[in-house]
Amino acid sequence: MTDKNAHPTLTGAEILWATLVGEGVTTVFGYPGGAILPAYDALRKFPIHHVLTRHEQGAAHMADGYARASGKVGVAIATSGPGATNLVTGIATAMLDSIPIVCITGQVSSKVLGSDAFQEIDITGITLPITKHNFVATRPEEIAPMIREAFQIAASGRPGPVLVDITKDAQQGTAIFDFENAAPAPYRPHPMLRTESAEMQRAIELMRGSKKPVILAGHGIILSAAEREVLAFAERYQIPVATTLLGLGAFPASHPLALGMMGMHGESWVNHAIQQADLLLAFGMRFDDRVTGNLASYAQNAKKIHIEIDPSEINKNVKVDVALIGDLKEVLNTMEPLINDKNYASDAGSRNTTTDWLREIRALKGDAAVRDIINLPDNGHLYAAHVINDIWQEAKAAGRLDKTIIATDVGQHQMWEAQYFKHENTRTLVTSGGLGTMGFALPAAIGAKMARPDCDVWCIAGDGGFQMTASELSTIQQEGIHVNVAVINNGFLGMVRQWQEAFYDKNYACSPILSPDFVKLAGAHGIPGAHVTERKEVTQTVTEARTAPTAFLINFSVEKEDGVYPMIAPGAALHEMVRRPNPLIETAEDE
Amino acid sequence: MLHTFVSLVDDKPGVLTRVASLFRRLNVNIVSLTVGESERDGVSRMTIVCEAPEHAADRIRASLYKLEITRDVDELGRAEAVIRELCLIKVAAGPTTPHGQHSRSQLFELANVFRARVVDLAPESIMLEMTGAASKIEGLLQVLRESKFEVLEVSRTGRMAMRRGRHTGRVLKALGTKTPDTAPVAFPERPDEDDLPNQFDEDEA
Ligand SMILES: Cc1ncc(C[n+]2csc(CCOP(=O)(O)OP(=O)(O)O)c2C)c(N)n1
Repeated sequence: MTDKNAHPTLTGAEILWATLVGEGVTTVFGYPGGAILPAYDALRKFPIHHVLTRHEQGAAHMADGYARASGKVGVAIATSGPGATNLVTGIATAMLDSIPIVCITGQVSSKVLGSDAFQEIDITGITLPITKHNFVATRPEEIAPMIREAFQIAASGRPGPVLVDITKDAQQGTAIFDFENAAPAPYRPHPMLRTESAEMQRAIELMRGSKKPVILAGHGIILSAAEREVLAFAERYQIPVATTLLGLGAFPASHPLALGMMGMHGESWVNHAIQQADLLLAFGMRFDDRVTGNLASYAQNAKKIHIEIDPSEINKNVKVDVALIGDLKEVLNTMEPLINDKNYASDAGSRNTTTDWLREIRALKGDAAVRDIINLPDNGHLYAAHVINDIWQEAKAAGRLDKTIIATDVGQHQMWEAQYFKHENTRTLVTSGGLGTMGFALPAAIGAKMARPDCDVWCIAGDGGFQMTASELSTIQQEGIHVNVAVINNGFLGMVRQWQEAFYDKNYACSPILSPDFVKLAGAHGIPGAHVTERKEVTQTVTEARTAPTAFLINFSVEKEDGVYPMIAPGAALHEMVRRPNPLIETAEDE
Repeated sequence: MLHTFVSLVDDKPGVLTRVASLFRRLNVNIVSLTVGESERDGVSRMTIVCEAPEHAADRIRASLYKLEITRDVDELGRAEAVIRELCLIKVAAGPTTPHGQHSRSQLFELANVFRARVVDLAPESIMLEMTGAASKIEGLLQVLRESKFEVLEVSRTGRMAMRRGRHTGRVLKALGTKTPDTAPVAFPERPDEDDLPNQFDEDEA
């Protein structure tokens, strides 16, 4: 028999919040409406802080930013119909980047389900392909188990978004609330690798035989919290580390073994190193087309070892020689003693040292430094690369690198951020990699700040993307939080313009974009700001923003027709990059 | 090539959509899909036959496994299995049909040869029921058509598959992976050396 006192009878709405509290939730991001009103009515009885966003897309991105910054599950709430559909872009963003969020939507009463009632939409149908899983609760007693299972699914294995759709009558009805009893069955273990498996043995043999290994460090390192294991692994075997966009921060950028970001806008030596490697150790990455270039010519001389938690990623894009399926941290911990056990793998000779290989890679850098805009004398132009570099230098000088989180939008500034902000610490970059969602930066920065109030949080966005979700400035003020905003304003949808320049004969169709005075816009929200047009003003203004008592916006008027280089054209091989111009030989086009 | 997957899934609303949607997303055409109860409460068994490149099998299996509603997936690939399909065929067999008065006795004979059963006799038609490998069913249909019988309706269940005896243990062991105290099996597993090519077309009762 259920003990009435230990297990109170609550409304579905109360059960929802009580379950969230039980799951450790302290902050949620949402927007009310008719079908979720019973839940909002009960909200204030619970120790949960609700951030009112200006758009449900913002709520989903904030939950996402919160999750990326903290590693905890983010929660977004919306009403039925348009509230639910507004979440879709945010859910898809989280799906493609494997971010654990739980979205809760109100739904019309179960009695009218399927009748096209006011604000009824089949949100579980709509989100089926962009969630890891979703649920519909039509009875109050289903709420606690579904929410609990949603949290478990979102956070375990390869993480991802989960949606729970709760009908209005389920929120209004009552049921006995028993948190413990609502626990889901133990998560079905992902099919784990066996330490004695032949695959492991082959992996170790490949390692022992390799003279030119490269680690491909992906987001999986962060998701599996394997940063220390990867660092130890790389150091012990002296293997250079190339990083994916979402892997930035997983391996310290200043480490002598750190090569930098690989792929479409990776530095030339990084991609050359991958192309010349004889062994690629892919750690929690998925060989996305942005990092491989043309598949037929990708790392042809390299054997490939793929350590990955999601078996469906194996051999999806790149055929690998060995697949070790499991949690990266566990796999590395299993592997470590076996590598050193001479009796384990067949005698392939002791492992080669990589001294020559590391020297070779250093030589690959060639004249890269000369070409780098960062090293050019100030010519009176303000380049986005300068701005990013100076934001990084400022944080470094202040000793705040480990406490600085950058949320970027999508476009050129995102790539410059990846190139010029040297991320030393995990979870310091929040960026939409898989879906490439413009409008992500500002709400994601808000979410990150809510998760890590001790950190300096920067939203770095282009003038285009910033305008997509700029309404969330008002959320910043309502919450009274300090988020720094850097708008990299080039008067163009810059990345689109760059592609039009490179592949469409400079036909700048619809890429010039008019913007409001962003400083005035911030001012209208009560947020101070400044215009920066010259390099020499950058650092002091950045310091002013960082040390300001409130949020602060800086509008950087940067070079209009600047390009992100190196760049690999679509369909080109990874090593066939267009490099930055060498100013000693060529004249930069925009001078 | 044709791939055959056996998937054990939760018996809940919306499960079929999730499975079907997966194939849609992968841009893989489902040739047939049968669902029904399994030996376990609350668990349905699906046999999914699809047309996809040879190397796609591992990924489809892994993707199926990723669905939260999936308990286990078996890919019959090259394993020895019994694959069966049920078919109902309604054939015109009245006095005015081409074979006239003889049509019925000819149909009885054909049914006999193909081990089909007559399950309905109506003044104008006969319904045959046949179970067997897909090729046998196609054989019967072909003979009917070539003998100028008018096939009025055909309803096929699609293939159902089950590994032959000696593999049952392994499948059961795989099922056991869902309980935390038994050791999980490695996945995806490579086909055993002793697995014979699937007798997809020739398989006899
Ligand atoms: C929601 C959305 N719409 C369109 C795009 C396509 N797109 C990618 S980058 C880009 C230009 C971004 O311009 P801006 O925000 O000014 O940043 P910049 O590239 O100039 O740094 C566009 C339109 C996208 N990624 N997301």
